[in-house]
Amino acid sequence: MISVKQLTKKYARNLAVDHISFEVQKGQIVGFLGPNGAGKTTTMRMLTCFLPPTSGGATVAGFDVLEQPLEVKKRIGYLPESPPLYPEMETGEYLTFVGKLKGLSGAELKKRVDYVCERCAVADVRNKLLGRLSKGYRQRVGLAQAIIHNPDVLVLDEPTAGLDPKQINETRDLIKGLAGDHTIILSTHILPEVEQTCEQVVIITKGKLVATDSVTNLQNRARGAESLLVEVGARDGAVDAAVVVARLQQIPGVSRAQLKTSHGDRSVFEVESQKGFVRGELARAVVQAGWDLNELRPAAVSLEEIFLQLTGAEAPAEAGSKGVK
Amino acid sequence: MRNIWIIWQKELRSYFVSPIAYLLLTMFALIFGWMFWNMLAAFVVYGMESQMRGQPMPMNINEEVIRPLLSNIGVIGMFFVPMITMRLFAEEKRSGTIELLTTSPIRDMEVILGKWLAAVTLYASMLLLTALNLLFLFKYGNPDWKPILVCYLGLLLQAAALLALGTFISTTTKNQIIAAAGTFGLCLMLWLLSWTGSYETSTWAQVLSYASIVTHFESFAKGVIDTKDAVFYLTLIFLGLFFTARSMESLRWRS
Repeated sequence: MISVKQLTKKYARNLAVDHISFEVQKGQIVGFLGPNGAGKTTTMRMLTCFLPPTSGGATVAGFDVLEQPLEVKKRIGYLPESPPLYPEMETGEYLTFVGKLKGLSGAELKKRVDYVCERCAVADVRNKLLGRLSKGYRQRVGLAQAIIHNPDVLVLDEPTAGLDPKQINETRDLIKGLAGDHTIILSTHILPEVEQTCEQVVIITKGKLVATDSVTNLQNRARGAESLLVEVGARDGAVDAAVVVARLQQIPGVSRAQLKTSHGDRSVFEVESQKGFVRGELARAVVQAGWDLNELRPAAVSLEEIFLQLTGAEAPAEAGSKGVK
Repeated sequence: MRNIWIIWQKELRSYFVSPIAYLLLTMFALIFGWMFWNMLAAFVVYGMESQMRGQPMPMNINEEVIRPLLSNIGVIGMFFVPMITMRLFAEEKRSGTIELLTTSPIRDMEVILGKWLAAVTLYASMLLLTALNLLFLFKYGNPDWKPILVCYLGLLLQAAALLALGTFISTTTKNQIIAAAGTFGLCLMLWLLSWTGSYETSTWAQVLSYASIVTHFESFAKGVIDTKDAVFYLTLIFLGLFFTARSMESLRWRS
Protein backbone atom coordinates (compact mmCIF):
# COMPACT_ATOMS: atom_id res chain seq x y z
CA MET A 1 0.00 0.00 0.00
CA ILE A 2 2.83 2.33 0.89
CA SER A 3 6.25 1.86 -0.55
CA VAL A 4 9.09 4.15 0.43
CA LYS A 5 12.36 3.99 -1.47
CA GLN A 6 15.52 5.82 -0.46
CA LEU A 7 13.45 8.76 0.69
CA THR A 8 15.63 11.73 1.58
CA LYS A 9 14.88 15.24 2.75
CA LYS A 10 17.57 17.81 3.12
CA TYR A 11 16.98 21.19 4.67
CA ALA A 12 19.41 24.03 4.23
CA ARG A 13 21.94 22.65 6.70
CA ASN A 14 20.80 19.33 8.08
CA LEU A 15 19.68 16.05 6.68
CA ALA A 16 16.23 15.51 8.19
CA VAL A 17 15.51 12.18 6.53
CA ASP A 18 18.35 10.06 5.23
CA HIS A 19 17.62 7.38 2.62
CA ILE A 20 14.73 5.64 4.30
CA SER A 21 13.09 2.61 2.69
CA PHE A 22 10.23 0.53 3.96
CA GLU A 23 6.99 -1.08 2.83
CA VAL A 24 3.56 -1.17 4.39
CA GLN A 25 1.04 -3.83 3.44
CA LYS A 26 -2.67 -3.19 3.01
CA GLY A 27 -4.67 -3.11 6.25
CA GLN A 28 -1.67 -2.92 8.55
CA ILE A 29 -1.11 -0.51 11.40
CA VAL A 30 2.45 0.64 11.36
CA GLY A 31 4.06 2.49 14.22
CA PHE A 32 6.56 5.08 13.23
CA LEU A 33 8.81 5.29 16.22
CA GLY A 34 11.62 7.62 17.05
CA PRO A 35 12.73 10.24 19.54
CA ASN A 36 11.60 13.82 19.05
CA GLY A 37 13.28 15.38 16.04
CA ALA A 38 14.08 12.04 14.41
CA GLY A 39 12.39 12.97 11.14
CA LYS A 40 9.00 11.33 11.69
CA THR A 41 6.94 14.38 10.83
CA THR A 42 9.10 15.19 7.83
CA THR A 43 8.66 11.66 6.46
CA MET A 44 4.91 11.85 6.96
CA ARG A 45 4.76 15.24 5.28
CA MET A 46 6.52 13.77 2.28
CA LEU A 47 4.06 10.87 2.17
CA THR A 48 1.13 13.29 2.22
CA CYS A 49 2.66 15.46 -0.53
CA PHE A 50 3.02 18.42 1.81
CA LEU A 51 6.77 18.42 1.28
CA PRO A 52 8.55 17.20 -1.82
CA PRO A 53 11.45 14.81 -1.16
CA THR A 54 14.97 15.95 -1.98
CA SER A 55 15.71 12.60 -3.53
CA GLY A 56 14.25 9.13 -3.57
CA GLY A 57 10.53 8.65 -3.66
CA ALA A 58 7.45 7.00 -2.33
CA THR A 59 4.27 5.55 -3.73
CA VAL A 60 0.95 5.51 -1.93
CA ALA A 61 -1.73 3.14 -3.23
CA GLY A 62 0.33 2.80 -6.38
CA PHE A 63 0.68 6.51 -7.09
CA ASP A 64 3.92 8.44 -6.92
CA VAL A 65 3.95 11.35 -4.45
CA LEU A 66 5.91 13.55 -6.84
CA GLU A 67 4.34 12.57 -10.15
CA GLN A 68 0.68 12.21 -9.20
CA PRO A 69 0.15 14.21 -6.02
CA LEU A 70 -3.57 14.78 -6.66
CA GLU A 71 -4.22 11.03 -6.92
CA VAL A 72 -2.23 10.39 -3.75
CA LYS A 73 -4.05 13.15 -1.88
CA LYS A 74 -7.40 11.65 -2.84
CA ARG A 75 -6.42 8.38 -1.19
CA ILE A 76 -4.79 9.66 1.93
CA GLY A 77 -6.19 11.02 5.16
CA TYR A 78 -3.81 13.08 7.24
CA LEU A 79 -3.92 14.23 10.82
CA PRO A 80 -1.00 16.62 11.41
CA GLU A 81 0.54 17.02 14.84
CA SER A 82 -1.87 19.79 15.72
CA PRO A 83 -5.29 19.20 14.16
CA PRO A 84 -5.89 21.70 11.33
CA LEU A 85 -9.08 23.27 12.65
CA TYR A 86 -10.66 26.63 11.88
CA PRO A 87 -11.69 28.06 15.26
CA GLU A 88 -14.56 30.07 13.76
CA MET A 89 -16.28 27.03 12.28
CA GLU A 90 -18.68 24.62 13.90
CA THR A 91 -17.77 20.93 13.99
CA GLY A 92 -20.40 19.78 11.49
CA GLU A 93 -19.74 22.68 9.19
CA TYR A 94 -16.01 22.04 9.29
CA LEU A 95 -16.40 18.36 8.47
CA THR A 96 -18.69 19.28 5.58
CA PHE A 97 -16.09 21.73 4.29
CA VAL A 98 -13.30 19.14 4.48
CA GLY A 99 -15.57 16.56 2.84
CA LYS A 100 -16.16 18.94 -0.06
CA LEU A 101 -12.44 19.63 -0.34
CA LYS A 102 -11.83 15.90 -0.61
CA GLY A 103 -14.36 15.66 -3.42
CA LEU A 104 -17.53 14.47 -1.71
CA SER A 105 -20.91 16.02 -2.44
CA GLY A 106 -24.65 15.69 -1.98
CA ALA A 107 -26.17 12.77 -0.08
CA GLU A 108 -22.84 10.97 0.05
CA LEU A 109 -21.25 13.92 1.85
CA LYS A 110 -24.08 14.11 4.37
CA LYS A 111 -23.85 10.39 5.03
CA ARG A 112 -20.11 10.48 5.59
CA VAL A 113 -20.33 13.49 7.94
CA ASP A 114 -22.96 11.67 10.02
CA TYR A 115 -20.85 8.53 9.98
CA VAL A 116 -17.57 10.11 11.09
CA CYS A 117 -19.33 12.15 13.78
CA GLU A 118 -20.70 8.90 15.14
CA ARG A 119 -17.48 6.97 14.68
CA CYS A 120 -15.21 9.51 16.33
CA ALA A 121 -17.73 10.36 19.05
CA VAL A 122 -18.02 14.03 18.19
CA ALA A 123 -21.76 14.02 17.44
CA ASP A 124 -22.54 15.82 20.70
CA VAL A 125 -20.36 18.81 19.77
CA ARG A 126 -21.59 19.06 16.21
CA ASN A 127 -22.95 22.56 16.67
CA LYS A 128 -20.14 23.87 18.79
CA LEU A 129 -17.42 26.20 17.58
CA LEU A 130 -14.13 24.38 17.08
CA GLY A 131 -12.29 27.11 18.96
CA ARG A 132 -14.24 26.21 22.08
CA LEU A 133 -13.56 22.47 22.07
CA SER A 134 -11.31 20.72 24.57
CA LYS A 135 -8.08 19.11 23.44
CA GLY A 136 -9.59 15.61 23.37
CA TYR A 137 -12.46 16.69 21.16
CA ARG A 138 -10.16 18.67 18.90
CA GLN A 139 -8.06 15.57 18.38
CA ARG A 140 -11.13 13.48 17.56
CA VAL A 141 -12.45 16.07 15.15
CA GLY A 142 -9.00 15.97 13.58
CA LEU A 143 -9.30 12.23 13.23
CA ALA A 144 -12.83 12.59 11.85
CA GLN A 145 -11.61 14.96 9.11
CA ALA A 146 -8.85 12.52 8.23
CA ILE A 147 -11.27 9.65 7.57
CA ILE A 148 -14.12 11.65 6.05
CA HIS A 149 -13.45 10.56 2.47
CA ASN A 150 -12.81 6.95 3.49
CA PRO A 151 -9.17 7.01 2.38
CA ASP A 152 -7.12 3.89 1.75
CA VAL A 153 -4.26 5.23 3.82
CA LEU A 154 -4.35 7.12 7.09
CA VAL A 155 -1.34 9.09 8.23
CA LEU A 156 -1.54 10.14 11.86
CA ASP A 157 1.16 12.31 13.38
CA GLU A 158 1.30 11.72 17.13
CA PRO A 159 -2.43 11.19 17.46
CA THR A 160 -2.32 10.87 21.24
CA ALA A 161 0.05 13.72 22.06
CA GLY A 162 -1.22 15.98 24.78
CA LEU A 163 -4.23 13.88 25.73
CA ASP A 164 -5.01 12.62 29.20
CA PRO A 165 -4.63 8.86 29.90
CA LYS A 166 -8.33 8.13 29.43
CA GLN A 167 -8.45 9.98 26.13
CA ILE A 168 -5.28 8.22 25.04
CA ASN A 169 -6.95 4.86 25.54
CA GLU A 170 -10.08 5.98 23.71
CA THR A 171 -8.05 7.29 20.80
CA ARG A 172 -6.01 4.09 20.60
CA ASP A 173 -9.15 1.98 20.55
CA LEU A 174 -10.57 4.21 17.85
CA ILE A 175 -7.44 3.82 15.75
CA LYS A 176 -7.41 0.06 16.23
CA GLY A 177 -11.04 -0.02 15.17
CA LEU A 178 -10.19 1.80 11.96
CA ALA A 179 -7.47 -0.67 11.03
CA GLY A 180 -9.66 -3.08 9.11
CA ASP A 181 -10.68 -0.61 6.41
CA HIS A 182 -7.61 1.55 6.29
CA THR A 183 -3.87 1.14 6.16
CA ILE A 184 -2.61 3.21 9.03
CA ILE A 185 0.75 4.73 9.66
CA LEU A 186 1.07 6.53 12.96
CA SER A 187 4.03 8.26 14.49
CA THR A 188 4.82 8.34 18.16
CA HIS A 189 7.65 8.51 20.59
CA ILE A 190 5.68 6.55 23.17
CA LEU A 191 6.61 2.88 23.22
CA PRO A 192 3.63 1.24 24.90
CA GLU A 193 1.51 2.85 22.24
CA VAL A 194 3.29 0.84 19.59
CA GLU A 195 3.10 -2.34 21.62
CA GLN A 196 -0.62 -1.85 22.08
CA THR A 197 -1.79 -0.62 18.71
CA CYS A 198 0.65 -1.55 16.00
CA GLU A 199 1.54 -4.70 14.14
CA GLN A 200 4.61 -3.38 12.46
CA VAL A 201 7.25 -0.96 13.70
CA VAL A 202 9.55 1.33 11.81
CA ILE A 203 12.16 2.87 14.07
CA ILE A 204 14.09 5.91 12.92
CA THR A 205 16.52 8.17 14.64
CA LYS A 206 18.35 11.23 13.39
CA GLY A 207 16.77 10.69 10.01
CA LYS A 208 18.08 7.16 9.61
CA LEU A 209 16.10 3.96 9.58
CA VAL A 210 17.40 1.68 12.32
CA ALA A 211 14.90 -1.16 12.37
CA THR A 212 11.75 -2.28 10.67
CA ASP A 213 10.07 -5.40 11.92
CA SER A 214 6.85 -6.72 13.35
CA VAL A 215 6.15 -5.95 16.98
CA THR A 216 6.10 -9.67 17.84
CA ASN A 217 9.47 -10.24 16.23
CA LEU A 218 10.98 -7.37 18.10
CA GLN A 219 9.52 -8.62 21.33
CA ASN A 220 10.85 -12.10 20.64
CA ARG A 221 14.19 -10.61 19.97
CA ALA A 222 13.90 -9.01 23.34
CA ARG A 223 12.45 -11.88 25.34
CA GLY A 224 12.99 -15.17 23.57
CA ALA A 225 16.69 -15.41 23.72
CA GLU A 226 17.85 -13.85 26.91
CA SER A 227 21.00 -11.91 26.79
CA LEU A 228 22.91 -11.34 30.03
CA LEU A 229 25.77 -9.10 30.89
CA VAL A 230 28.18 -10.58 33.40
CA GLU A 231 30.90 -8.56 34.98
CA VAL A 232 33.69 -10.75 36.25
CA GLY A 233 36.64 -9.61 38.28
CA ALA A 234 39.58 -11.23 39.98
CA ARG A 235 41.26 -10.26 43.25
CA ASP A 236 44.75 -10.53 41.82
CA GLY A 237 44.70 -8.39 38.68
CA ALA A 238 42.83 -9.01 35.44
CA VAL A 239 41.08 -12.22 34.54
CA ASP A 240 42.06 -14.15 31.46
CA ALA A 241 39.19 -13.48 29.11
CA ALA A 242 39.66 -16.62 27.05
CA VAL A 243 39.52 -18.82 30.14
CA VAL A 244 36.35 -17.15 31.36
CA VAL A 245 34.65 -17.46 27.98
CA ALA A 246 35.56 -21.13 27.81
CA ARG A 247 34.18 -21.70 31.30
CA LEU A 248 30.97 -19.80 30.60
CA GLN A 249 30.31 -21.74 27.44
CA GLN A 250 30.42 -25.01 29.37
CA ILE A 251 27.34 -24.00 31.34
CA PRO A 252 24.30 -25.89 30.03
CA GLY A 253 21.86 -23.63 28.22
CA VAL A 254 24.42 -21.02 27.19
CA SER A 255 24.57 -20.68 23.43
CA ARG A 256 27.20 -18.03 23.12
CA ALA A 257 29.59 -16.11 25.34
CA GLN A 258 31.96 -13.35 24.42
CA LEU A 259 33.99 -10.55 25.93
CA LYS A 260 32.14 -7.29 25.58
CA THR A 261 34.22 -4.65 27.31
CA SER A 262 37.25 -4.70 29.48
CA HIS A 263 38.54 -1.95 31.72
CA GLY A 264 41.57 -2.97 33.71
CA ASP A 265 40.46 -5.67 36.11
CA ARG A 266 36.80 -5.30 35.21
CA SER A 267 35.69 -7.42 32.28
CA VAL A 268 32.11 -7.57 31.04
CA PHE A 269 30.99 -10.63 29.14
CA GLU A 270 27.83 -10.98 27.11
CA VAL A 271 26.14 -14.33 27.50
CA GLU A 272 23.25 -15.45 25.32
CA SER A 273 21.11 -18.25 26.53
CA GLN A 274 18.08 -20.12 25.31
CA LYS A 275 14.79 -19.61 27.04
CA GLY A 276 15.01 -20.44 30.71
CA PHE A 277 17.04 -19.21 33.55
CA VAL A 278 20.73 -19.85 33.58
CA ARG A 279 21.56 -17.06 35.96
CA GLY A 280 21.94 -19.36 38.96
CA GLU A 281 24.23 -21.70 37.07
CA LEU A 282 26.16 -18.76 35.74
CA ALA A 283 26.71 -17.22 39.16
CA ARG A 284 27.75 -20.52 40.68
CA ALA A 285 30.20 -21.26 37.87
CA VAL A 286 31.89 -17.89 38.17
CA VAL A 287 32.22 -18.05 41.93
CA GLN A 288 33.37 -21.68 41.94
CA ALA A 289 36.12 -20.81 39.48
CA GLY A 290 37.47 -18.39 42.05
CA TRP A 291 36.47 -15.15 40.29
CA ASP A 292 34.33 -12.34 41.63
CA LEU A 293 30.89 -11.89 40.24
CA ASN A 294 30.52 -8.13 40.31
CA GLU A 295 27.36 -7.74 38.27
CA LEU A 296 24.81 -9.86 36.52
CA ARG A 297 22.03 -8.17 34.62
CA PRO A 298 19.82 -8.75 31.61
CA ALA A 299 21.03 -6.98 28.48
CA ALA A 300 17.69 -6.47 26.75
CA VAL A 301 14.32 -7.29 28.15
CA SER A 302 11.83 -4.97 26.54
CA LEU A 303 11.05 -3.10 23.40
CA GLU A 304 12.10 -0.08 25.34
CA GLU A 305 15.65 -1.40 25.61
CA ILE A 306 15.76 -2.24 21.95
CA PHE A 307 14.44 1.16 21.14
CA LEU A 308 17.00 2.89 23.30
CA GLN A 309 19.80 0.73 21.92
CA LEU A 310 18.77 1.36 18.37
CA THR A 311 18.18 5.06 18.74
CA GLY A 312 21.26 5.46 20.88
CA ALA A 313 19.38 7.51 23.41
CA GLU A 314 20.28 7.70 27.07
CA ALA A 315 17.90 5.64 29.18
CA PRO A 316 15.77 8.22 30.93
CA ALA A 317 15.20 7.82 34.64
CA GLU A 318 11.48 7.35 34.18
CA ALA A 319 11.84 5.07 31.19
CA GLY A 320 9.68 2.51 32.92
CA SER A 321 6.69 4.76 33.41
CA LYS A 322 4.33 4.48 30.50
CA GLY A 323 5.33 7.78 29.14
CA VAL A 324 3.04 10.63 28.37
CA LYS A 325 4.91 13.55 26.92
CA MET B 1 -13.99 25.36 -10.70
CA ARG B 2 -15.85 23.56 -7.94
CA ASN B 3 -12.84 23.76 -5.64
CA ILE B 4 -12.48 27.50 -6.19
CA TRP B 5 -16.13 27.86 -5.25
CA ILE B 6 -15.63 25.81 -2.04
CA ILE B 7 -12.68 27.93 -0.94
CA TRP B 8 -14.48 31.15 -1.93
CA GLN B 9 -17.48 30.18 0.18
CA LYS B 10 -15.34 29.31 3.16
CA GLU B 11 -13.32 32.52 2.99
CA LEU B 12 -16.32 34.75 2.56
CA ARG B 13 -17.97 33.02 5.47
CA SER B 14 -15.00 33.61 7.73
CA TYR B 15 -15.07 37.30 6.79
CA PHE B 16 -18.70 37.54 7.76
CA VAL B 17 -18.70 35.46 10.96
CA SER B 18 -15.92 37.62 12.35
CA PRO B 19 -16.40 41.35 12.89
CA ILE B 20 -13.90 42.15 10.10
CA ALA B 21 -16.41 42.38 7.27
CA TYR B 22 -18.90 44.47 9.24
CA LEU B 23 -16.20 46.77 10.54
CA LEU B 24 -14.82 47.38 7.05
CA LEU B 25 -18.26 47.85 5.50
CA THR B 26 -19.27 50.31 8.20
CA MET B 27 -16.06 52.32 8.11
CA PHE B 28 -16.04 52.50 4.36
CA ALA B 29 -19.71 53.51 4.18
CA LEU B 30 -19.21 56.18 6.85
CA ILE B 31 -16.18 57.69 5.14
CA PHE B 32 -17.90 57.63 1.78
CA GLY B 33 -21.05 59.15 3.22
CA TRP B 34 -19.11 61.93 4.89
CA MET B 35 -17.21 62.79 1.72
CA PHE B 36 -20.33 62.54 -0.39
CA TRP B 37 -22.30 64.84 1.87
CA ASN B 38 -19.57 67.46 2.01
CA MET B 39 -18.96 67.48 -1.71
CA LEU B 40 -22.64 67.61 -2.49
CA ALA B 41 -23.25 70.42 0.01
CA ALA B 42 -20.43 72.44 -1.52
CA PHE B 43 -21.86 71.79 -4.96
CA VAL B 44 -25.32 72.94 -3.90
CA VAL B 45 -24.02 76.09 -2.20
CA TYR B 46 -21.90 76.91 -5.22
CA GLY B 47 -24.89 76.39 -7.48
CA MET B 48 -27.10 78.68 -5.42
CA GLU B 49 -24.45 81.39 -5.33
CA SER B 50 -23.99 81.32 -9.05
CA GLN B 51 -27.74 81.61 -9.48
CA MET B 52 -28.00 84.53 -7.05
CA ARG B 53 -25.35 86.37 -9.02
CA GLY B 54 -27.85 86.17 -11.82
CA GLN B 55 -25.51 84.51 -14.27
CA PRO B 56 -26.02 80.74 -13.86
CA MET B 57 -22.92 78.77 -14.80
CA PRO B 58 -23.30 75.45 -16.52
CA MET B 59 -22.78 72.87 -13.78
CA ASN B 60 -22.28 69.17 -14.17
CA ILE B 61 -22.87 66.81 -11.26
CA ASN B 62 -20.82 64.05 -12.93
CA GLU B 63 -17.84 66.33 -13.37
CA GLU B 64 -17.98 68.17 -10.11
CA VAL B 65 -19.23 65.65 -7.55
CA ILE B 66 -19.07 62.07 -8.72
CA ARG B 67 -15.69 62.10 -10.44
CA PRO B 68 -13.63 63.70 -7.64
CA LEU B 69 -15.55 61.69 -5.06
CA LEU B 70 -14.81 58.33 -6.67
CA SER B 71 -11.19 59.30 -7.37
CA ASN B 72 -10.75 60.04 -3.69
CA ILE B 73 -12.49 56.89 -2.65
CA GLY B 74 -10.05 54.91 -4.81
CA VAL B 75 -7.24 56.21 -2.63
CA ILE B 76 -9.20 55.61 0.59
CA GLY B 77 -9.84 52.05 -0.57
CA MET B 78 -6.09 51.44 -0.63
CA PHE B 79 -6.06 51.74 3.13
CA PHE B 80 -8.65 48.98 3.38
CA VAL B 81 -6.83 46.48 1.18
CA PRO B 82 -4.30 45.36 3.84
CA MET B 83 -7.10 44.74 6.31
CA ILE B 84 -8.81 42.45 3.82
CA THR B 85 -5.81 40.45 2.66
CA MET B 86 -3.65 40.17 5.76
CA ARG B 87 -5.30 37.06 7.15
CA LEU B 88 -5.75 35.15 3.88
CA PHE B 89 -2.62 32.99 4.13
CA ALA B 90 -0.85 34.28 7.23
CA GLU B 91 -3.54 32.90 9.50
CA GLU B 92 -3.61 29.51 7.76
CA LYS B 93 0.13 29.29 8.14
CA ARG B 94 0.06 30.22 11.80
CA SER B 95 -2.72 27.84 12.78
CA GLY B 96 -1.43 24.98 10.63
CA THR B 97 -4.61 24.70 8.57
CA ILE B 98 -2.47 25.29 5.49
CA GLU B 99 -1.49 21.63 5.90
CA LEU B 100 -5.12 20.65 5.40
CA LEU B 101 -5.36 22.68 2.19
CA THR B 102 -2.08 21.50 0.73
CA THR B 103 -2.74 17.82 1.49
CA SER B 104 -6.24 17.90 -0.01
CA PRO B 105 -6.80 16.95 -3.64
CA ILE B 106 -6.97 20.56 -4.75
CA ARG B 107 -4.51 22.65 -6.74
CA ASP B 108 -2.62 25.58 -5.25
CA MET B 109 -4.07 27.90 -7.88
CA GLU B 110 -7.61 26.91 -6.89
CA VAL B 111 -6.88 27.85 -3.27
CA ILE B 112 -5.34 31.15 -4.35
CA LEU B 113 -8.13 32.08 -6.75
CA GLY B 114 -10.80 31.16 -4.18
CA LYS B 115 -9.20 33.33 -1.54
CA TRP B 116 -8.49 36.25 -3.85
CA LEU B 117 -12.00 36.19 -5.30
CA ALA B 118 -13.44 36.21 -1.77
CA ALA B 119 -11.35 39.31 -1.01
CA VAL B 120 -12.53 40.94 -4.25
CA THR B 121 -16.13 40.05 -3.38
CA LEU B 122 -15.82 41.72 0.02
CA TYR B 123 -14.39 44.85 -1.60
CA ALA B 124 -17.15 44.80 -4.22
CA SER B 125 -19.79 44.70 -1.51
CA MET B 126 -18.12 47.69 0.13
CA LEU B 127 -18.39 49.56 -3.19
CA LEU B 128 -21.98 48.43 -3.62
CA LEU B 129 -22.96 50.03 -0.32
CA THR B 130 -21.45 53.34 -1.42
CA ALA B 131 -23.50 53.23 -4.61
CA LEU B 132 -26.63 53.64 -2.47
CA ASN B 133 -25.58 57.24 -1.85
CA LEU B 134 -25.39 57.94 -5.55
CA LEU B 135 -28.95 56.69 -6.05
CA PHE B 136 -30.14 59.88 -4.35
CA LEU B 137 -28.56 61.88 -7.14
CA PHE B 138 -30.76 60.08 -9.63
CA LYS B 139 -33.84 60.95 -7.62
CA TYR B 140 -33.10 64.71 -7.41
CA GLY B 141 -30.90 65.25 -10.41
CA ASN B 142 -30.02 63.85 -13.74
CA PRO B 143 -26.49 62.44 -13.72
CA ASP B 144 -25.14 60.33 -16.54
CA TRP B 145 -25.02 56.70 -15.33
CA LYS B 146 -22.54 55.30 -17.84
CA PRO B 147 -19.42 57.12 -16.59
CA ILE B 148 -20.38 56.14 -13.02
CA LEU B 149 -20.42 52.51 -14.02
CA VAL B 150 -17.04 52.79 -15.73
CA CYS B 151 -15.70 54.56 -12.67
CA TYR B 152 -16.83 51.73 -10.44
CA LEU B 153 -15.30 49.21 -12.82
CA GLY B 154 -12.00 51.10 -12.50
CA LEU B 155 -12.27 51.11 -8.70
CA LEU B 156 -12.87 47.39 -8.68
CA LEU B 157 -9.99 46.66 -11.06
CA GLN B 158 -7.62 48.84 -9.08
CA ALA B 159 -8.59 47.15 -5.83
CA ALA B 160 -8.43 43.68 -7.40
CA ALA B 161 -4.84 44.37 -8.41
CA LEU B 162 -3.88 45.57 -4.95
CA LEU B 163 -5.71 42.63 -3.37
CA ALA B 164 -3.71 40.23 -5.53
CA LEU B 165 -0.47 41.84 -4.32
CA GLY B 166 -1.75 41.74 -0.75
CA THR B 167 -2.54 38.05 -1.11
CA PHE B 168 1.02 37.48 -2.19
CA ILE B 169 2.44 39.34 0.79
CA SER B 170 0.19 37.33 3.09
CA THR B 171 1.83 34.10 1.91
CA THR B 172 5.27 35.32 2.92
CA THR B 173 4.65 35.46 6.66
CA LYS B 174 2.86 33.80 9.57
CA ASN B 175 2.23 37.14 11.19
CA GLN B 176 -0.87 39.06 10.14
CA ILE B 177 0.49 42.38 11.36
CA ILE B 178 3.58 41.99 9.17
CA ALA B 179 1.38 41.03 6.21
CA ALA B 180 -0.79 44.10 6.78
CA ALA B 181 2.15 46.47 7.24
CA GLY B 182 3.88 45.16 4.12
CA THR B 183 0.75 45.44 2.03
CA PHE B 184 0.04 48.90 3.37
CA GLY B 185 3.55 50.06 2.53
CA LEU B 186 3.30 48.65 -0.98
CA CYS B 187 -0.09 50.27 -1.61
CA LEU B 188 1.20 53.60 -0.39
CA MET B 189 4.31 53.33 -2.53
CA LEU B 190 2.32 52.43 -5.63
CA TRP B 191 0.20 55.49 -5.05
CA LEU B 192 3.08 57.90 -4.39
CA LEU B 193 4.99 56.75 -7.46
CA SER B 194 2.75 59.03 -9.46
CA TRP B 195 4.36 62.09 -7.85
CA THR B 196 7.53 61.80 -9.87
CA GLY B 197 5.67 62.54 -13.07
CA SER B 198 4.52 65.91 -11.81
CA TYR B 199 7.92 67.62 -11.75
CA GLU B 200 10.23 65.35 -13.74
CA THR B 201 10.01 64.63 -17.42
CA SER B 202 12.97 62.25 -17.74
CA THR B 203 12.34 58.73 -18.92
CA TRP B 204 12.77 57.07 -15.54
CA ALA B 205 10.32 59.45 -13.97
CA GLN B 206 7.86 58.62 -16.72
CA VAL B 207 8.35 54.89 -16.10
CA LEU B 208 7.89 55.25 -12.34
CA SER B 209 4.85 57.37 -12.85
CA TYR B 210 3.47 54.82 -15.23
CA ALA B 211 3.94 52.08 -12.64
CA SER B 212 1.82 54.01 -10.17
CA ILE B 213 -1.58 52.54 -9.61
CA VAL B 214 -3.50 55.83 -9.55
CA THR B 215 -2.35 57.23 -12.89
CA HIS B 216 -4.24 54.42 -14.58
CA PHE B 217 -7.41 55.27 -12.75
CA GLU B 218 -7.67 58.69 -14.35
CA SER B 219 -9.17 57.43 -17.60
CA PHE B 220 -11.76 55.34 -15.73
CA ALA B 221 -12.63 58.40 -13.61
CA LYS B 222 -13.37 60.30 -16.81
CA GLY B 223 -15.70 57.51 -17.83
CA VAL B 224 -13.44 56.14 -20.50
CA ILE B 225 -12.37 52.51 -20.67
CA ASP B 226 -8.83 52.77 -21.95
CA THR B 227 -7.52 49.34 -22.94
CA LYS B 228 -4.00 50.26 -21.92
CA ASP B 229 -5.10 51.05 -18.37
CA ALA B 230 -7.32 48.00 -18.10
CA VAL B 231 -4.42 45.87 -19.30
CA PHE B 232 -2.19 47.46 -16.67
CA TYR B 233 -4.54 46.39 -13.90
CA LEU B 234 -5.05 42.93 -15.36
CA THR B 235 -1.28 42.49 -15.63
CA LEU B 236 -0.87 43.49 -12.02
CA ILE B 237 -3.55 40.99 -10.99
CA PHE B 238 -1.85 38.27 -12.97
CA LEU B 239 1.55 39.15 -11.48
CA GLY B 240 0.21 39.19 -7.94
CA LEU B 241 -1.47 35.81 -8.30
CA PHE B 242 1.54 34.38 -10.07
CA PHE B 243 3.86 35.47 -7.25
CA THR B 244 1.39 34.02 -4.76
CA ALA B 245 1.53 30.66 -6.49
CA ARG B 246 5.33 30.70 -6.58
CA SER B 247 5.48 31.72 -2.94
CA MET B 248 3.12 28.91 -1.95
CA GLU B 249 5.28 26.46 -3.84
CA SER B 250 8.48 27.73 -2.26
CA LEU B 251 6.79 27.32 1.12
CA ARG B 252 6.96 23.61 0.53
CA TRP B 253 10.52 23.51 -0.65
CA ARG B 254 11.79 25.57 2.24
CA SER B 255 9.23 24.96 4.96
